[in-house]
Amino acid sequence: MNWLAIYPEIVLLAMACVIAIVDLFVLHPLRTPTYLLSQATLAVVAAMHIAYFQGGDTVYGMQRMVVTDPLGHLLGFFAAVAVMVTLAYSRAYAAEREMLKGELFTLSLFSLLGISVMLSANNFLMVYLGLELMSLSLYALVALRRDHPPATEAAMKYFVLGALASGFLLYGLSMMYGATGSLDIPEVFKAIASGRINRSVLAFGLVFVVAGLGFKLGAVPFHMWVPDVYQGAPTAVTLLVAGAPKLAAFAITFRVLVEGLSGLALDWQQMLVVLSVGSMAIGNLAAIAQTNLKRMLAYSTIAQMGFMLLGFTPTVVSSNTYSAANGYSSAMFYVITYVFTTLGTFGIVLLLSRRGHEAERIDDLKGLAQRSPWYAGVMAIFMFSLAGIPPTVGFYAKLAVLQAIVTTNVVGYIVLAVAAVLFSLIGAYYYIRVVKIMYFDEPVDRAAIVASREVRTLLSLNGAAVLLFGILPGGLMALCAQAVVRALAT
Amino acid sequence: MGLLSLAVWLPIASGIVLLALGRDGSAGAVRWVALLAALASFLVTLPLIKGFDAGTAAMQFQENLAWIDRFNVRYHLGVDGISVWFVLLTAFITLVVVIAGWEAITYRLNQYMAALLILSGLMVGVFCALDGLLFYVFFEATLIPMYIIVGVWGGPNRIYAAFKFFLYTLSGSLLMLVALIYLYYKSGGSFDILVWHALPLALPTQTLLFFAFFAAFAVKVPMWPVHTWLPDVHPEAPTGGSAVLAAIMLKLGAYGFLRFSLPITPDASRQWAWLVIALSVIAVIYIGLVALVQKDMKKLVAYSSIAHMGFVTLGFFLFSELGLAGGIVQMISHGFVSAAMFLCIGVLYDRMHSHEIASFGGVVNTMPTYTALVVFFAMANCGLPGTAGFVGEWMVILASVKANFWLGALAATALVLGAAYTLWMVKRVYFGAIANEQVRKLVDASRREVLMLALLALAVLWLGVYPKPFTDVMQTSVTELLRHVAVSKIN
Repeated sequence: MNWLAIYPEIVLLAMACVIAIVDLFVLHPLRTPTYLLSQATLAVVAAMHIAYFQGGDTVYGMQRMVVTDPLGHLLGFFAAVAVMVTLAYSRAYAAEREMLKGELFTLSLFSLLGISVMLSANNFLMVYLGLELMSLSLYALVALRRDHPPATEAAMKYFVLGALASGFLLYGLSMMYGATGSLDIPEVFKAIASGRINRSVLAFGLVFVVAGLGFKLGAVPFHMWVPDVYQGAPTAVTLLVAGAPKLAAFAITFRVLVEGLSGLALDWQQMLVVLSVGSMAIGNLAAIAQTNLKRMLAYSTIAQMGFMLLGFTPTVVSSNTYSAANGYSSAMFYVITYVFTTLGTFGIVLLLSRRGHEAERIDDLKGLAQRSPWYAGVMAIFMFSLAGIPPTVGFYAKLAVLQAIVTTNVVGYIVLAVAAVLFSLIGAYYYIRVVKIMYFDEPVDRAAIVASREVRTLLSLNGAAVLLFGILPGGLMALCAQAVVRALAT
Repeated sequence: MGLLSLAVWLPIASGIVLLALGRDGSAGAVRWVALLAALASFLVTLPLIKGFDAGTAAMQFQENLAWIDRFNVRYHLGVDGISVWFVLLTAFITLVVVIAGWEAITYRLNQYMAALLILSGLMVGVFCALDGLLFYVFFEATLIPMYIIVGVWGGPNRIYAAFKFFLYTLSGSLLMLVALIYLYYKSGGSFDILVWHALPLALPTQTLLFFAFFAAFAVKVPMWPVHTWLPDVHPEAPTGGSAVLAAIMLKLGAYGFLRFSLPITPDASRQWAWLVIALSVIAVIYIGLVALVQKDMKKLVAYSSIAHMGFVTLGFFLFSELGLAGGIVQMISHGFVSAAMFLCIGVLYDRMHSHEIASFGGVVNTMPTYTALVVFFAMANCGLPGTAGFVGEWMVILASVKANFWLGALAATALVLGAAYTLWMVKRVYFGAIANEQVRKLVDASRREVLMLALLALAVLWLGVYPKPFTDVMQTSVTELLRHVAVSKIN
């Protein structure tokens, strides 16, 4: 036992239970005590992660079930911050729709706990446990507004497809167990490296593992749930689904495929190329046709995750692995910056929604530049960032990934890079269309934008961060590189 | 902070201040702040020329700081004899355009002025950047303010024009991004343009890189057949936007040829020079003919811009000192003349809200001072000796005659066409009988309008009569560039 390794998780678990009980005694309509307690918990967890990250050690704990390393802590820090931002953005929205109950906070914390478990998993079983804890919390959250038919439908869809995907993943992992005789990720790695394992069983299991991961990432052809869930779920919950879980999806892809199954990299990197190109194609093309902002952002997520997956593809190039660390750290930078850009985007959607009005059609943004030049500017920054236009952070994310695949100096990868930029060109169309609607069209809805000081400050900071990391992206890039190198070294 | 950083960031910072504090209620203050900012931004570029050492081709006023360590990207600025004039040109045109937008922009003035100033800083950044990625960031970032300028303050069909502008130019530059990353790899992890200049490359690699760069720069110049976005954007853009677009943004593409294509891929450039020359000659002649039949003044000037930029690319790819220097002089002169032409059209547009040639006639009767200036700029546009338009075109034509007589002869027909479409437009719009009641009621140019046009007229005249200061500064750099291009980089 090494309890030290899982202190952040213990704090989360304990506090989630405490908050569930404390909330029973809260009568305040805005649930201020519960809210503050949750935010404080998240802040403590984030602080613990950053402290561990600075320690920089790799520690195994709980009979090697979990590992704490800089990679997990860096992602854990960002996941905790993402949930903090999510709760802050969604509080007013949830209150107006009678969703602001203790469950919202407790389940959010439990989903973060699931994410944390996945981030520090050193065993296939832990990956699965974390995944289920996160997913079950999210299913319940999507259905939180139970008198709202689209939300209920979305929850059903999410649950059924999510269960199917978990089944795929579990089946694939059990194949791995059958072939290698271990669930421990480093053990599986060693067993495969020994070369004594039947390759066809491994490859068979791998297909299921990749399918399960593809579902969690929302990559084509396992993307069907994404648009429906994003659109159907109450926006506050969409924010939760679209934010921190993406970090977890990156982490389990890294833990399972890279740390565990990198002996099969030649097989899975080809599958990822297919998933990635498919996602960029379908995501970008389908997004053009959308009129619902949330659905458009869902397709945009699919395309962005496809781009991120490109970072995993140069693992083994010309039978060496020089490009691997470069690719993973670029993908990590991509996913972190993407999560915060998306949070901001949905933050704006929440800001424009009010009692009895869901600002979820793209047309609801019409003339935002005249209603509120400031928020229109912030939203424009998010859109240009998602489109990958400098000087926003989205450009450097794309640059990092492209750089990782172009520097392999293999023709196939360079063709892949050209395809990726052409798909982002298609993507640029629907992102700048949002800017067009905000800046060039006349407002239809002229209602004043009401928001608490907290939300306004946070949104402005979020926009400033996207711009600031665009001007000075070096620090975060270096942290990602450092974390990935540490994780690969052990 | 170095002079170049100041030239880049002063307008951007003032733009952000205007954006944050300006309101339509205080339009008067906004105008003056914008004017002062533009003036200050122009003044800080003057010491660049004063302190410029024309005797060396090395980069001057260099600033080199670490920026993104992970990719070894540096904040590296510097100018040589070629780029220094464009820094000044950008700052000068911005000043004139701020004056032009004084009353013409009636709503969201602070955002307009801010977009102009930010755009100006970004374009100066493009001309100073010596780091490939920094160049790309500035190059792409210019799309955002221009997109907003066209889309918010443009004409009736502005949204189509804004999208076409954005996506067309983005499509070209994304391929360049892949090329930049590949060069980063090839040079062993450096984004420094000067390192790339010295980098040996095999011919097939050079060819691919050449075409990736060509995609970005040819769209921006724009060269035939990827020019179609320009005539759609110009008529919809507000006057100031058109002026900046024609005077400076098109130069970004031509400048890219000088900074990237020629020195980084010299062998491929020489190998494919015939293609660029052929496209340039088509631009000069065919687009000249297209300009002749335009019914809209702005479209006409847009086509004339494409034809004039054809001279620039033609001059570059002749690989002679005269041609290269001529191309650069033509870029500067076109900067002044095209800005002036668009501002002249803007003066009429502000009064009659039309740039159809057919809505005018006999304007000289009601606006004599203004027409005098217009005719002067029209002469410059035809390339009349004594004006800026003449010097560059003449040098390029001489260089092409030297290279091949028939090429020279073809290029020279452009002078005839240029005179034809420009003068015919002048005749129809400004001379003859007064066409209608509206023209009869026109008031002559105000002092502000005369001031902005006179500033440009002085520049046009100076460059036309005494171009020596311009050519002297660029001489060493041009010679060095040609020497560099002549040496094969195939290892």
